[in-house]
Amino acid sequence: MSFTIDVNGIPRSVDVDGDTPLLWVLRDVLGMTGTKFGCGMALCGACTVHLDGAAVRSCITTVDSIGEGKVTTIEAIGGTPAGAKMQKAWLEHEVPQCGYCQSGQIMSASALLADKPHPTDADIDDAMSGNICRCGTYVRIREAIKLAAGSQVKER
Amino acid sequence: MTSNPTASHASATLSRRNFLVKTALAGGGLVLSLSLPFGESKSSSAATFEPNAFIRIGPDGEVVLTMPYVEMGQGTYTSIPMLIAEELEVGLDQVRLEHAPPNEKLYANPLLGVQATGNSNAIRGAWKPLREAGATARIMLIEAAARRWGVDAGHCRAEAGEVLHAPSGRRLKYGELAADAATIAPPAKVVLKNADEFKLIGTPVRRLDVSGKVNGSALYGIDVRLPGLKIATLAQSPVFGGRLKKVDDSAAMAIKGVRQIVRLDDAVAVVADHMGAAKKGLAALKIEWEDGPHAGLTTQDIARELEDATLKSGPVAQNIGDAAKALAGASTRVQASYHLPFLAHATMEPMNCTVHFRGHECEIWVGTQAIARVQAMAAKAAGLPPDKVTVHNHLIGGGFGRRLEADGAVRAVEIAKQVDGPVKVVWTREEDIQHDMYRPYWVDRIEAGLDESGRPVAWTNRFAGSSVIARWLPPAFRNGLDPDTTEGAIDLVYSLPNVHVEYVRVEPPGIKTAFWRSVGPSHNVFVTESFIDELAAAARQDAVAYRRALLDHNPRAKAVLDLAAEKAGWGTPLPPGRGRGVALQNVFGSHLAQVAEVEVAKDGSVRVHRVVCAMDCGIVVNPDTVQAQIQSGVMFGVTAALYGEITLKSGRVEQTNFDTYQMLRIDQAPAIEVYLVKSTEPPGGMGEAGTSGIVPAVANAIFAATGRRLRNMPIDPDALKT
Repeated sequence: MSFTIDVNGIPRSVDVDGDTPLLWVLRDVLGMTGTKFGCGMALCGACTVHLDGAAVRSCITTVDSIGEGKVTTIEAIGGTPAGAKMQKAWLEHEVPQCGYCQSGQIMSASALLADKPHPTDADIDDAMSGNICRCGTYVRIREAIKLAAGSQVKER
Repeated sequence: MTSNPTASHASATLSRRNFLVKTALAGGGLVLSLSLPFGESKSSSAATFEPNAFIRIGPDGEVVLTMPYVEMGQGTYTSIPMLIAEELEVGLDQVRLEHAPPNEKLYANPLLGVQATGNSNAIRGAWKPLREAGATARIMLIEAAARRWGVDAGHCRAEAGEVLHAPSGRRLKYGELAADAATIAPPAKVVLKNADEFKLIGTPVRRLDVSGKVNGSALYGIDVRLPGLKIATLAQSPVFGGRLKKVDDSAAMAIKGVRQIVRLDDAVAVVADHMGAAKKGLAALKIEWEDGPHAGLTTQDIARELEDATLKSGPVAQNIGDAAKALAGASTRVQASYHLPFLAHATMEPMNCTVHFRGHECEIWVGTQAIARVQAMAAKAAGLPPDKVTVHNHLIGGGFGRRLEADGAVRAVEIAKQVDGPVKVVWTREEDIQHDMYRPYWVDRIEAGLDESGRPVAWTNRFAGSSVIARWLPPAFRNGLDPDTTEGAIDLVYSLPNVHVEYVRVEPPGIKTAFWRSVGPSHNVFVTESFIDELAAAARQDAVAYRRALLDHNPRAKAVLDLAAEKAGWGTPLPPGRGRGVALQNVFGSHLAQVAEVEVAKDGSVRVHRVVCAMDCGIVVNPDTVQAQIQSGVMFGVTAALYGEITLKSGRVEQTNFDTYQMLRIDQAPAIEVYLVKSTEPPGGMGEAGTSGIVPAVANAIFAATGRRLRNMPIDPDALKT
């Protein structure tokens, strides 16, 4: 079946079964490999994207559930004020190690910042505990979110 | 792959070039060729200066550095360029990096003897040779400039990619000198800079691989895209050593996007247009397995066999003095037995490998810690000579030892042989965890004798488990022993007069074991640092003071222990339910002391609040990376201590995904402080040290908090309930 979904502001048509997870539509059909596969069960957060600004796990978000919703991926998150701040803070603190989970981390952190401009430690725990980092960059993730929340990056 | 990296340039096709991805990094001109290392070659010509296998300078001035050690998060693609650039006199913003192709002759790790990145020895192996590689190139470039100018080379110097003749103020860029330098004989001997002359080494240089990792552009093996690429996923016999008996694929083949079912002796794969269809197809297969000889295997069977093995004697790994005699004369004897579980690697990037098998040749795209091993084993599986197998390396989404193995590439080749065109084989997380090659299960039987003052006068340890080296690097397994399995169990950090250590090799039936972050020490440091803590308790002495009294011969160890204790506030009061534990180690060529502060709740749950680390790793190449690696190693170790356990029932691994094989998450992560001791010793290893020490530090802290000694990992909250 054919679906047209809005990905990063561009309508994209794909011909897949309706129960196909968005993750595979992005990675294998549209060739957008920044969104990562980690577990397939919404346990690790590596596949996190935004659907109408909210962080969702694309590995369990079926393509037929998206409808008119706007999908934003790591490739375009720098175009949002929160995403731009977060990427800058991530570089400033040199958060990534292997880097594989970091797309998802930044997507979760950007959604948090857009929702709560000044997150507390508890807010960070709530928003980020669904994202596993096997390299254990958690100390720097927390620092980077705090930097982004306090930074003076000009809003676009 | 040929032994001459430039030769493969000619074979790069236009379509392959299209897939070469360059990522411009923020704040600099550095570009990392993340995909096909040799896909394009504007600098390959007679005018190219290629003094060795690591440096290539074209007439356009581009400095290409070939990385013999892979980047998996440990910062190698920054620290290795730092070593070369320090002597070559180029800025890191002037270089481009390439992954090394498979070539054991050119790119073998001098400490392993094979082309592999592991055992925390990239910097240790590269420290002298790669600085020499840079210095050699610099000397030749200076000589080329001196000849062109007709001046004494001694009056010229190199700086930021140029040669300068100070008396006349003339200068030439490296690119302008490349053709001439290529004709100059390399110097017989090079003198390296003294530490006080370093410009780059020791400074917190920005990581060169990071910017592509914040915008989704970094390419891992799993991100490979090729024209006509199919995606496959697989089910392997759930019992190790089992066989595929029968598979009904009628429902699977009816699924949109499913193209083909590949049957192997012990696995079945679904080939599809995308992973969504492949997974759906796999779920629709009706598979029957022949379980084979290990159908009834349990973890308990393996543990019992290892326990029995510790009652028999084994090859002597170390003997100092006469431990039996000293034990017999000791005033107190302390005995203990420790168990450590199988562990999976659970890299965030699931196992994957892309293969295009063309009959007479084979092309492979993968992220690997051991590219030459992949080439050799894939060639065998493909039935081709190794030079007909091209392997393209990638950034690695977590290695931890898992990607020192080539089993994934072999499996992908087996599948690709039945597929027309390129196929990317992607393991589901369940397959990744249930068909890992695991950190060995270990059993240790250990005993010590104390004199009247409580000081240890005898130490005997006999341990049993698998030798990874015996399978992975057979020549290094000699007389029943290997240097990895015993690291941390012998050459103890403490000065003990009588020591006797034996190792009994027992391979678990059907289960392949592999290196796992902190390798041998992940086992041995847990046992030795738990047991020395037991001895301190038996002697009714403070855990730090007890260790300290055994370190008179080892000032570096004593210094990190003192520093960690001081920074952690050792001895200061803690609230009820909390305790501090210490661990000290000298493994991977570095000294590390760690103090963990934990809280044990009434329900037995354990929270690690704070970890203080004091490290002497010799000369620090990149202090920020050292900090990051210690933080990372600690989280990895805390994960293992709290959750890490692979168990078998009916021959099957019981854990499947991150719900049953849990990882530490940010809300449970401890605060970590890292203090570095200044040193002029050669660099030690950094990537794994944090992991081996933290597990006993946590167990010792639990003892301090509760009085309960945990001799088995992972921590069992039920055993800590009050």
